[in-house]
Formats: sequence, structure tokens, C-alpha cells
Amino acid sequence: MSRIQESVIVRTIVRIMVPFIELFALYVIMHGSGGPGGGFQGGVIFGAAIILYAMIYGIAKGKERMPVTLDKILASTGLTIYAGTGLLCLFFGGKFLQYGVVPLLPDDPAEVSALLIDAVEIGIGITVSAVMISLFFDVSPPESEEEELPAELPISTYREA
Amino acid sequence: MKTLALFVVLLAGAMLVYAGQDLPPFGDSTTDMYQNRVTQRYIAGTEVESGVPNMVTALLANYRGYDTLGETTVIFTAGVAVMLLLRRRET
Repeated sequence: MSRIQESVIVRTIVRIMVPFIELFALYVIMHGSGGPGGGFQGGVIFGAAIILYAMIYGIAKGKERMPVTLDKILASTGLTIYAGTGLLCLFFGGKFLQYGVVPLLPDDPAEVSALLIDAVEIGIGITVSAVMISLFFDVSPPESEEEELPAELPISTYREA
Repeated sequence: MKTLALFVVLLAGAMLVYAGQDLPPFGDSTTDMYQNRVTQRYIAGTEVESGVPNMVTALLANYRGYDTLGETTVIFTAGVAVMLLLRRRET
């Protein structure tokens, strides 16, 4: 039997925190080329944000936020972005994942390489976060055993309780 | 059983701490690892060749890009395996 968290403090704090955790995940992914961070770490943080939301508001609500079908599509999209970047380099006459050959910025292969590394990191991040979320949903108890709570209780209800 | 588990954990921790004594100090430039020419090659070439200042990312996504593609595939495959084994199907 799983219980949805009822405490109004926890629910409110989580509702405020989740967007910031997601923002931090995007920062970690995009900062991967300039400092500590990268696709794997950022993807896990992004997955953790959705998992936190699903833990507090219930699996059903979590699946509303991140539908299972979308999750499946995203998991393979990230890998496709990565492999697609590699194939793009093949297409322009280089080796697989030889970023410098892509004529994005004509005079500087290193800059192109930095750009495509970011693209690859984004791909990793999408796959990792989608897999994390799908793992959590797969091992969580079925939604039918959850107690249903209205999303927003009026404040007077809490005062009486 | 719990005592045994605690003993094993403590033993493993003690071994790690003991092995940690042998690590070179942080930033030591006299170790064999640092003076290896492969290391020197990467330190010299990373910024110029890959365009990113973070050496870890440059190794991960540029020099060892094929390896990282495999890693991502492993994670994806693990996710799909858990999906197939544990997901409840609506019947």
C-alpha cells in the first residue's frame, strides 16, 4: 500500500523545488564542456526531479507529467541524437564521431567539435533521464493501490484537521 | 547475520582506507601516470583539438566517443530490459 504524501508543507516545497531542480539539470548538461558536469549527471538530476514529483504527488500524477509513451520515445531519441551526430560526421567525409569535419563554422574545426560535443551530451542526458524515470515507474506499486487526494485542498480543510 | 554483514562492510572500508594511503597527493606532477606520454599528449592536445576546456568531457565525448556511445546504449538496453521484465501490462 503506497500512500501519497499529505503534508501541505512537503507538497508545497516540492512544487516549488521541481522546476529549479530541472533547471539545474539543464545547467549541468550544458556546462558539461566547460566544467564539472555532463550528460550522465544532468540526466540523472532531471530524472530525480520527476521522480521526486511522482513520489510526493503519486505515481498517477507523475505519469500525467511524464507519460509512459513519451518516456519510451525520449529514451530512444537521445541515443538517436548521439548516433546521428556520429553519422553526420561520416556524411561529411570524416570518421565516425570525428566532429571537426562538419562544416558548421568553416574556419574552426575545434569550435565545431565543441558544439557537437554539446549535442552529444544533450543526447546522453535525454536518454539517461528517460531511462531513470521509466525504471522508477516500472518498480513502483500499481496506481490502483494509491489513495486519491485532490490536487489542491482548500486551506480551511487543513485548519479543521 | 547482521553482525557478519557489518563486519564485511567495515573490513571493506578499512581496506579502502588502507589502499588510499598509497595514492599520490592531489596535483602531484612527479607520478608515473602524469609523466606518461599518453597523458602529456592529451593534456597538450585537448584544448586545441576538441575545443572544450574540460578534459574529462573531451576524453569522454571526443577521443573516446565510440565508447560513450556504447555506454549510453548499455543504459538504454538496461532500461528496455527492465521495461520488458517488470512493467505491468493492462490485461
